[in-house]
Amino acid sequence: MPRVVVNVMPKPEILDPQGKAVTGALGRLGFVGMSVRQGKRFEIEVDGDVTPEKLAQIEQAAERLLANTVIESFEVVTD
Amino acid sequence: MPRIGVVTFPGSLDDQDALRAVELSGAEAVPLWHGSDSIDGVDAIILPGGFSYGDYLRCGAIARFSPVMDTVIDAANKGMPVLGICNGFQLLCEAHLLDGAMIRNAGQHFICRDERLRVETVDTVWTCDFRAGDEITIVLKNGEGNYQADPETLKRLEDNDQVVFRYLDNPNGSAGDIAGITNLRGNVVGLMPHPEHNVEELTSPSLDGKPFFSSVLNFLSARV
Repeated sequence: MPRVVVNVMPKPEILDPQGKAVTGALGRLGFVGMSVRQGKRFEIEVDGDVTPEKLAQIEQAAERLLANTVIESFEVVTD
Repeated sequence: MPRIGVVTFPGSLDDQDALRAVELSGAEAVPLWHGSDSIDGVDAIILPGGFSYGDYLRCGAIARFSPVMDTVIDAANKGMPVLGICNGFQLLCEAHLLDGAMIRNAGQHFICRDERLRVETVDTVWTCDFRAGDEITIVLKNGEGNYQADPETLKRLEDNDQVVFRYLDNPNGSAGDIAGITNLRGNVVGLMPHPEHNVEELTSPSLDGKPFFSSVLNFLSARV
């Protein structure tokens, strides 16, 4: 079944407390010089072909539900 | 007698306390259900604290699309008093009845403590019984209470006197020390602290939650 991926990330100007905590833990494990921001990945399996209409629908779904665009940005990627 | 509804979502925790606080204030407490689009003819609505729908996706994000919310949004837009407490505040933001959004607390910890707040505006239906500048103590308990909005929105909230409560000792990194806000009309208020826990001497370090309820009752009785 064809798959479309929606990646959701906290906007750059918004503090990312989770990413900051992960960055700190990596540093303690010796993985230095790395800065992490944490987001979400949604894998969407679609019936039939991934048409431009289907992609537009997924874009709407991301805008309406999957991301809160006040604090997050998203991208729709065809897998 | 005014009737105040409290919506129960799957995962709501403080709906019973909110109903009890309504009852103690002298109004009729009306339980409402997330799965019904009816608000049973109530005069005001409280969206309670908890973890609606497990807080999956984002706090309040899935509850926002439950059947009752279309009716709540419609009533709020027509001027009905709506109070969102904690998860209810997050839900009002997800529903775009209030500006901004909540992210995880800056220190990553779940914070549970008595929180000192300053009442910034009494020009809302839920705070008209306070005096501007009152310093009150209300229970705070959440992991994602860090209020954020873009700079233009924050400026607009300040310019329009829509910041209702500010933390005296910001516990979670909220922009502008904001603990609660209102909409332009002043009928929708959301805050992270829990006024329904501060209405009885037996269990509360203060009774500072009581004016929330007397405010809306005053508003409703003046309206009739």
